[in-house]
Amino acid sequence: MPTPNTPLWEVFIRSRNGLSHRHAGSLHAADATLALQAARDLYTRRGEGLSIWVVPSSAITASDPADKGMLFEPTASKAYRHPTFYEIPDEVGHM
Amino acid sequence: MSALSTIQVVPTPLVHYVVRRADDALILGHRLSEWTGKAPILEEEMALANMALDLIGQARSLYSYAGAVEGAGHDEDDFAYLRRERDYRNLLLVERPNGDFAHTILRQFFYAAYADPYWRAMMQSADATLAAIAAKAEKEMAYHLRHSAEWVLRLGDGTAESHRRVADALAELWPFTGEMFLADAEEQALIGEGIAIDPAGLRATWDATVGEILQAAMLEVPKGGFMQQGGRQGRHSEHFGHLLTELQYIQRLVPGASW
Repeated sequence: MPTPNTPLWEVFIRSRNGLSHRHAGSLHAADATLALQAARDLYTRRGEGLSIWVVPSSAITASDPADKGMLFEPTASKAYRHPTFYEIPDEVGHM
Repeated sequence: MSALSTIQVVPTPLVHYVVRRADDALILGHRLSEWTGKAPILEEEMALANMALDLIGQARSLYSYAGAVEGAGHDEDDFAYLRRERDYRNLLLVERPNGDFAHTILRQFFYAAYADPYWRAMMQSADATLAAIAAKAEKEMAYHLRHSAEWVLRLGDGTAESHRRVADALAELWPFTGEMFLADAEEQALIGEGIAIDPAGLRATWDATVGEILQAAMLEVPKGGFMQQGGRQGRHSEHFGHLLTELQYIQRLVPGASW
């Protein structure tokens, strides 16, 4: 249960070098240090991580679901933006 | 695992030494596991369970090694489940009841502040197996130390109630900290051979770590005082029998049970 003493934090885990941090979940913690430790204990128990970010959930500004038509639908007709029209050499690795 | 109800540990100095370290880890790990299902918050429940698993893992490696040194066919489960109360040689500190969260955390802090430098020193042991176990255990205990220290700071410098609780824990647990730094003649011989670690040599490091954190946590650092001892010789507190009753329950009920 959320309480004023333990606000919500979002956890981002980077699983290996060259990849970006990905959202793993959330947790409650009193402050950033304990949030980082709790993230380690909750989300990296099976060797998932090399790096952790924690961010106060209150610091996230989210798009309004009601705006999704305006924000996202215009891209549906623009297939030419996808990088599928040329071949990427294997040596490039993750892009 | 043996179908006997009790094993007799082969009494060589190295077996004793390894079993003492294993017993510290097993009993503290068991205590932490008692929080499962009833920790103050979900996040901390996972933290306590993780630390329990680290410690039980250390105990497993050490018991297996003790069994190999013995050569009497005892496996890790035999050591964990099939000894009598007085054959366990853990520190009295680690068998202290969990009490409230402040007690559990302060006990963890006291032990980790000792075990982390202990295993770090053990990495240089002349005994290659102990050095390898130490290399793994040291990383685990470094995290236990960091995690427990952060909580001691927050409890001590938190609310009036959290301060009172951790101050109570300090008064209760302090007399159990002296035993960590004792070594009997048998252990002194192993220290001389470069196999064992001299715990007295860790005292200054422990005092510095504990002093710094307690002070920052607005807690008064106790000065010496009477110190309890006996666990290393198998003389336990009354709490220990109750702990073993639960720890050994299944093996007493269904001897030789495995899954």
